[in-house]
Amino acid sequence: MSAAPPRRLGLALLGTEICVLFQRKRTWAMLLALAAVPVLIAIAVRISSSPRPGRGPAFLDQVSQNGLFVAVTGLVVAIPLFLPLTVGVVAGDTIAGEASNGMLRYLLIAPAGRVRLLWVKYVAAAVFCVAATLTVVIAGLLIGLILFPVGDVTLLSGDTITVAEAIPRFLAIAAYVTVSLLGLSAIGLFFSTLTDVPVGAMAATIVLAVVSQILGALPQLDWLHPWLFSTYWLGFTDILRQPVSWESFGDNALLQGGYILVFGALAYGRFLTKDILS
Amino acid sequence: MTQPADAELAIETRELTKRFGSQTAVNSVDLAVPLGSVFGFLGPNGSGKTTSIRMMLGLIAPTSGSVRILGRESPADLAGILPRVGALVEGPAFAPFLTGSQNLARLDSADPLASTRTRSARVAAALDRVGLAHAAGKKVHAYSLGMKQRLGLANTFLMPRELLVLDEPTNGLDPQGTREVRNLVRSLADEGTTVFVSSHLLAEIEQMCTHAAVMSAGRLVAQGTLDELRSVGIARVELTTPDVGAACAVLATLGLLPEAYVADAAHLVTAPLTGDRRPAAHEMVAALVAAGVRVDSFVIQESSLEDRFVALTGEGFEIVQ
Repeated sequence: MSAAPPRRLGLALLGTEICVLFQRKRTWAMLLALAAVPVLIAIAVRISSSPRPGRGPAFLDQVSQNGLFVAVTGLVVAIPLFLPLTVGVVAGDTIAGEASNGMLRYLLIAPAGRVRLLWVKYVAAAVFCVAATLTVVIAGLLIGLILFPVGDVTLLSGDTITVAEAIPRFLAIAAYVTVSLLGLSAIGLFFSTLTDVPVGAMAATIVLAVVSQILGALPQLDWLHPWLFSTYWLGFTDILRQPVSWESFGDNALLQGGYILVFGALAYGRFLTKDILS
Repeated sequence: MTQPADAELAIETRELTKRFGSQTAVNSVDLAVPLGSVFGFLGPNGSGKTTSIRMMLGLIAPTSGSVRILGRESPADLAGILPRVGALVEGPAFAPFLTGSQNLARLDSADPLASTRTRSARVAAALDRVGLAHAAGKKVHAYSLGMKQRLGLANTFLMPRELLVLDEPTNGLDPQGTREVRNLVRSLADEGTTVFVSSHLLAEIEQMCTHAAVMSAGRLVAQGTLDELRSVGIARVELTTPDVGAACAVLATLGLLPEAYVADAAHLVTAPLTGDRRPAAHEMVAALVAAGVRVDSFVIQESSLEDRFVALTGEGFEIVQ
C-alpha cells in the first residue's frame, strides 16, 4: 500500500528495533540458553574421561586437548536445533508479534511504512543471528580457556596453526553459521506476515528447520538436497582446513541469498496488501 | 446540508465500501469532514466506524471507493498523509515490556519526519500534556487501562498534527480523564486541528463536536452540523398537573395533539410541537392558567441527538444488523 518516503532508510527505527530486541528478557534468556550449550559440553568432558574419537559430536574428542574446540563443538551441537529454535522465535515474532499486541497498527500509522518495517524487522532478526552465533562461540572459547589447556590448533588437514591464527578462523566460522541462519530468518519473516499469532509463525519456522534436516538425511532425496536451506549448515568445518576452502562458504551464501530473495519477496507481496485488522 | 468545496475537507470518502467475504462492513459511505471541525462519528457497536477509520489510515484496503485525507489520495499517498495525522485506533496498544517513554520514542522513531535530536524532549512534553509525566519510566504492563489510553493520546501529540483521528478516546477513562480529553480536544480545535472522534457516547459528542455523522449497519445515515442533525427531530411540551383532563382540552384548543399518562405517581401531559403546530411557551402557560389548570411543571423538550440517533439506528438491542 504505502511506500516508505525515500529520504530515509529507517535507520532510526532500526536502532530502536535492535534496542527493543535486546531489552526483552526473552532475548537474553535465549542467549543464555545458547551459552549454556558449550558450557555444558565443556563441563561434561572435564568431569568424565575423555571420549573416544569417533563418538559424540564432531570435535568432541579434541576438546580435552585444546579448549578452543569447545566453541566449534558447541556450534556443531547447537546448529541442528538450538540455533534454529531461537532464530525461529525471533523471526516468527517479527510481524505477528506486533500484530498480536496491536502495535502493528500504530507502527504503520506512525508511519513506519510497510516496506521499511519489513526491512527493519528482517535486519533486526539478522542481528539476532549474529548475536546468537557469537554467544555460542564466545561462551565456548571462554569456558574452554578456563577448563582446558589452550595451544596450537591442529586443523582437519593435519596442519597446525597458532592461537592468533586460529581466532580469525573462529570468527569466520561464526560468520558462516550466521549466514546459514539468514535463509531461515527470511522464512520466519514470511510466516510472520501470514498470521497474527506469533507462536504459530515461530512453530512453523522451527518445524520447517527440522523437516529440512530430516529430508537432508534421506539419501533417496539426493536430488532435493542442494535446494534445502540446511544443506550446508555443518559445512563450516571447511574453514578448519589449510588452505581454507571457501567453496562451501560461497555455495552456502548463494543458497541463503536465494532463500532471502524468494521468501523476502513472498513476505513483501503478502505484507504490502495485507489488511491490518489486529 | 451544505457541501464545502474539496479543498476545505480534512476527510472525504466517496462510495467507500469494504466487504469481508459476503459481509459488507462499510457500504458506500460518502463522508465529508470539514477542516477545523470537531467531527463526531457516531454509531452502535459493529456499525462500521472502526473499519472506516482503518481504511482512512491505510491499514486496510477499500473494496471500492476512494478516500482523500487533507487533500491527498489514500492509500496512494499515505507517506504524505500519515505524518500529518495523529490517530488512536481501537484502543491503545503498546509493548508491555517497555516503559511509557520508551514506547513513545519507538513510535516516534518510526516517523521519518520526526527529528532524533528533539525526540526525548517531545516525548516528555507529550507525556506531560496527558498527565503521565510521573509514570514515564514505568513499564506499560503496570499501567491501568486509563493510563494506557492517555499514553495512546500522548502518541498523537508527539508531532504537530493537522488532523487527529480518535477512535473511542474516552474508553476506560474515569470522569476526570473524560473531562480532560474533552478539554484537550477543545484546545486542539482552538489551535486549528481538525478532530475526528468516533464514539457511541452521545453526550460526549454533543459536548465536544461541531459536526457529526451517524453510521448504522455499514451505511452513513446522517451527517451535518449538530444543529442540522437535531433540527430533524421533534420538540415536545411536557407538563405535570393534577388536572389532566382540563390540560389536554386546553392544549387541544391550541391545535396540539396531547396525550396523558402517569409516570412515577405524577400525572403528565405531553404533546409534540411540530412546525405548523407550535404555539409559544408563554401562550400555552397563559391559556393553561386562564383555564384554571394547576401546573406543577412545564418544560419544552428540544429534540436531542439521542432521539435522532435512536430514530436512525434502532431502539435498544434491536440494532440493525
